Amino acid sequence: MLGEIPQLLVNGLVAGTILAVPAIGFTAIYAVLRFPNFTIASHATIGAFAGYVANTAGGWPAAAAVLAAFVVTGAIGVVNDEVVLKPLRPSGALTTAIAAIALTIVLENVVRFVFGNDLRGYDLPIRRDWQLGGGMRIGPQQVENLVIAVVALAALFLFLAFTRTGKAMREVADNPTLAGIKGIDADRVARLVNFIAMGLAGVGGMLLGLDTSIDPLTGFRVILSVFAAAVVGGLGSIPGAVVGALTVGVGEELSLLVLAPAYRTAVGFLAILIVLTLRPRGILGERAY
Amino acid sequence: MDNYLVAMATFAGIYALLALGLNLVWGMAGMINLGLVGFFAFGAYVSALLTKKAGWPMAAGLVAAIVLTAAAGAVVALVTARLRGDYLAIITLGFSEVIRLVASNEIWLTNGTDGISGIPGPARGQVTPATFNLIYLVIVAVVVLAALFLMERVRGAPYGRVLRAIRDDDQVAAVAGKAVVAFKVEAFAVSAGLLGLAGGLFAHYTSFIAPDGFTSLISIYVVLALTAGGTGNNRGAVLGAALVVFFMESTRFVTGGLPGLKPVQVAAVRELLIGLSLIVVLRVRPAGLLPERIPRPVTP
Repeated sequence: MLGEIPQLLVNGLVAGTILAVPAIGFTAIYAVLRFPNFTIASHATIGAFAGYVANTAGGWPAAAAVLAAFVVTGAIGVVNDEVVLKPLRPSGALTTAIAAIALTIVLENVVRFVFGNDLRGYDLPIRRDWQLGGGMRIGPQQVENLVIAVVALAALFLFLAFTRTGKAMREVADNPTLAGIKGIDADRVARLVNFIAMGLAGVGGMLLGLDTSIDPLTGFRVILSVFAAAVVGGLGSIPGAVVGALTVGVGEELSLLVLAPAYRTAVGFLAILIVLTLRPRGILGERAY
Repeated sequence: MDNYLVAMATFAGIYALLALGLNLVWGMAGMINLGLVGFFAFGAYVSALLTKKAGWPMAAGLVAAIVLTAAAGAVVALVTARLRGDYLAIITLGFSEVIRLVASNEIWLTNGTDGISGIPGPARGQVTPATFNLIYLVIVAVVVLAALFLMERVRGAPYGRVLRAIRDDDQVAAVAGKAVVAFKVEAFAVSAGLLGLAGGLFAHYTSFIAPDGFTSLISIYVVLALTAGGTGNNRGAVLGAALVVFFMESTRFVTGGLPGLKPVQVAAVRELLIGLSLIVVLRVRPAGLLPERIPRPVTP
């Protein structure tokens, strides 16, 4: 049984890297707009289906279809925020969170209306797993997903660290009042963060779907792990979301040693309980009260 | 048709209990619970298992549902009581998912996704189904009236005033010497107890429960009921529950008549309408039909 650990670690790191993509979306919106945007779930589903259409109807390879998932989901995310959530933000973070849950149900059912409840698979070439030695193996699709996730994360970090707009976003997250005084347009930053965050959610949804299959609940099923990644890493911290996602990803895989596979997602909830009890700010976050 | 109306009134009563429970935490104390359905399901399973497998009488099962769900609520609240409300939103949503996971997978206990059938109900089998429905409606109506009375007492009492103070500014409440964390945990536990009671009543009424019946859509129904009725207003919670059941049932008739739609599309349209109406109510009339009225301050 212990011999399985290296394989589980490999799987966990791959799963964690993919989980980091939507987790960053969730935490980035929290950092700038200060409310938990649960629509990340339905946007992940929308991304999975946008990529599916590009892949099967458009004949695009997976890597290109991911780009379509990003752009389509990002654009839909901006519209949703402008029309539904932004007008409610003055009523408070929790009211907005309630509206976000309602919006998630609406969007999920739009997808269900169009595509139905059937499981759908992407059109992917069939390839043999690669042997890594010592009985460990990894699927080429897993590697491709990993590369896509890493490229997305690297692009985001470069954007936030070096571009003017990226710096403006961090400034608003850090201190909105000061950012306003400096003449940074908060509305513009809000639209941008929504585009990027929801785009990432869409990419995350598609990467998850590439491994298995997709249906209207694809996003909702992963939501517990996304929350766990964001909370463990520290809500509102982008590097934290990556650390949290890797922790949760590896934790979920290692739990297979002691728990039935069905309880994998419950590990995330357990992680949230432990972190909030012992260190509510998470690994890299700010204060949580 | 009479039977149908009686059944809908019973469901409205169960939703009214859920809305009253939500009003205590969200309306009065300003703590969110987005995993209502988890507590509802928890109470349903507790009472169903104790009466069916352990042979307890229904009343004892319901009391156990109240006590154990309240305990679960206390734990959830205790973990997040000192933190920002966002964390409670996340953890309650997670709680309901975990309850569904456990109910689906602990097959030895809950029979998994097949659910539990043949849950006993008062005098079921000894009277005609129509009479059973009437008896049950009376029971639910009595429970709702009792809960409404108690919640109104809480609202008017100094206890309710402290909860509103915590909702509006918990630092001020703490400075005034109120044990904020204790109040929050207590309120959340009592509210969870009400949700558990509603779950138990639901299980004994329908005689069948399964994990698939407890989706997050039910949480949305209840939030919609309270928001439409009037957040902070107990009578509004009951009115809202009745309206939501009426609305849900009318969408059944309206969408059923839409030509050319597959069943899955009809179901999607109904769920979509529920979500949409909550968003519209939040935008257009956030105070609800019966807005909260703060009880007159007592002059010393």
